[in-house]
Amino acid sequence: MISIIDYGAGNLKSVYHALTKLGFQTQIASTVDQINNSDALILPGVGAFKDAMNHLNESGLVDSIKKNVQFGKPILGICLGMQLFYEKSYENGEWDGLGFLEGEVIRFNDNLKVPHMGWNNLIPGPNYNPDKGIGKQIGNAEYTYFVHSYYVASKNKEEIVFFSDYGIKLPAVVQKNNIYGMQFHPEKSSETGMTLLKNFGELIS
Amino acid sequence: MLAKRIIPCLDVRGGRVVKGQKFQNIVDVDDPVNLAKMYSELGADELVFYDITASNEDRDIFIEVVEKTAEQVHIPFTVGGGIRTIEDFRKVLNAGADKVSVNSAAVKNPQIIYEAAQKFGSQCVVLSIDAKRNEQGNWSVFLNGGRVDSGKDALEWALEGVRLGAGEIVLNAMDTDGMKTGFSLDITKRISEGVNVPVIASGGAGEMQHFLDVLKEGSADAALAASVFHYGEINIMALKEYLYENGIEVRRIRNDSSNR
Repeated sequence: MISIIDYGAGNLKSVYHALTKLGFQTQIASTVDQINNSDALILPGVGAFKDAMNHLNESGLVDSIKKNVQFGKPILGICLGMQLFYEKSYENGEWDGLGFLEGEVIRFNDNLKVPHMGWNNLIPGPNYNPDKGIGKQIGNAEYTYFVHSYYVASKNKEEIVFFSDYGIKLPAVVQKNNIYGMQFHPEKSSETGMTLLKNFGELIS
Repeated sequence: MLAKRIIPCLDVRGGRVVKGQKFQNIVDVDDPVNLAKMYSELGADELVFYDITASNEDRDIFIEVVEKTAEQVHIPFTVGGGIRTIEDFRKVLNAGADKVSVNSAAVKNPQIIYEAAQKFGSQCVVLSIDAKRNEQGNWSVFLNGGRVDSGKDALEWALEGVRLGAGEIVLNAMDTDGMKTGFSLDITKRISEGVNVPVIASGGAGEMQHFLDVLKEGSADAALAASVFHYGEINIMALKEYLYENGIEVRRIRNDSSNR
């Protein structure tokens, strides 16, 4: 069972429909029991970092998410959900994240159109393997759908499975042990997105 | 590199996709969910659903269309038409839309852009502008399907919309809408280079060359069209190949079907 964590941060149905279509048992989860009893977790997120972090703290789920992640349960952060995995964000202030991964969330340079919105391609990073893991069967330069105004300045480049290029090279897919992040929306990224979600779902042993 | 987007627009009335010219002579085309799926498979980058009904009964049918589309189609889509309040935003977002576009209601009450951006994030607030050259030859924002001149300058309004929190602009040039004579390049270029959010050009697509022109000379980030796609005059997959061959960065769909 894959749990999509519901902490009041937007619509989760698209992710739910995509996983269900792929044949994975999926639920929208808002209790500690649901999170403890699932095989993998998905942390979605849209909107502002501070609001999302506040919602997450108020949900009372943070401790159980942290424990499950410590025990090695696969977790996938999508878009803002991925950004929440890092130590700190500078979105309209300075806010602490969950600290699963090392790095900071910063804003795009103003000489670019912001948000970075639309289809951009995936450039293999140090952590890419076409034969296994999250990047399995994803070729060079496939496109996924991005919508974000902030991006991750990652401290550990070796965690990066795919970059994307928008003025700077930004982490698009990251992985460290059981922790996975996608800056774009796989549930909105057509076949490429479905393949990435399938790869995540297949991590469940 | 960020790709330029091709976006089919589906005008929906009574649960069906329809098409008219300059907002008139409306005829039935197809089932919206079927069309959405087909376009997605052909490589459409996004979809826009436009509710052209007024009655509450039809509004409920429209919401069902949005829900079904979100279930079956895995590319982003925008919903517009009849969006007047924050509650309208919430309804279509909950039904599964990724973005919501406001038009006349925002001209009458610009604060709705600000409130929606605060509440749901700029990424889902699209300002749709119906622009037409007025008698003085200036591009003015029109209301009520192009019948009333609001007196606002199109570029000024786009800039104000972005300041208030719009994350994207759809520029519908009404002079060329439905005429198939090409997009209005000058106003598209002016707005696209004037604002720091993506601009979608709309109105006037008739042939492939028009798309190339507006994405290149018009500096648009995306191009939207309806009838040329609905009637099969332009095939989206062929259009993207054409654009690619002409040096435009576009997302071409993957050929392998090994893992489907």
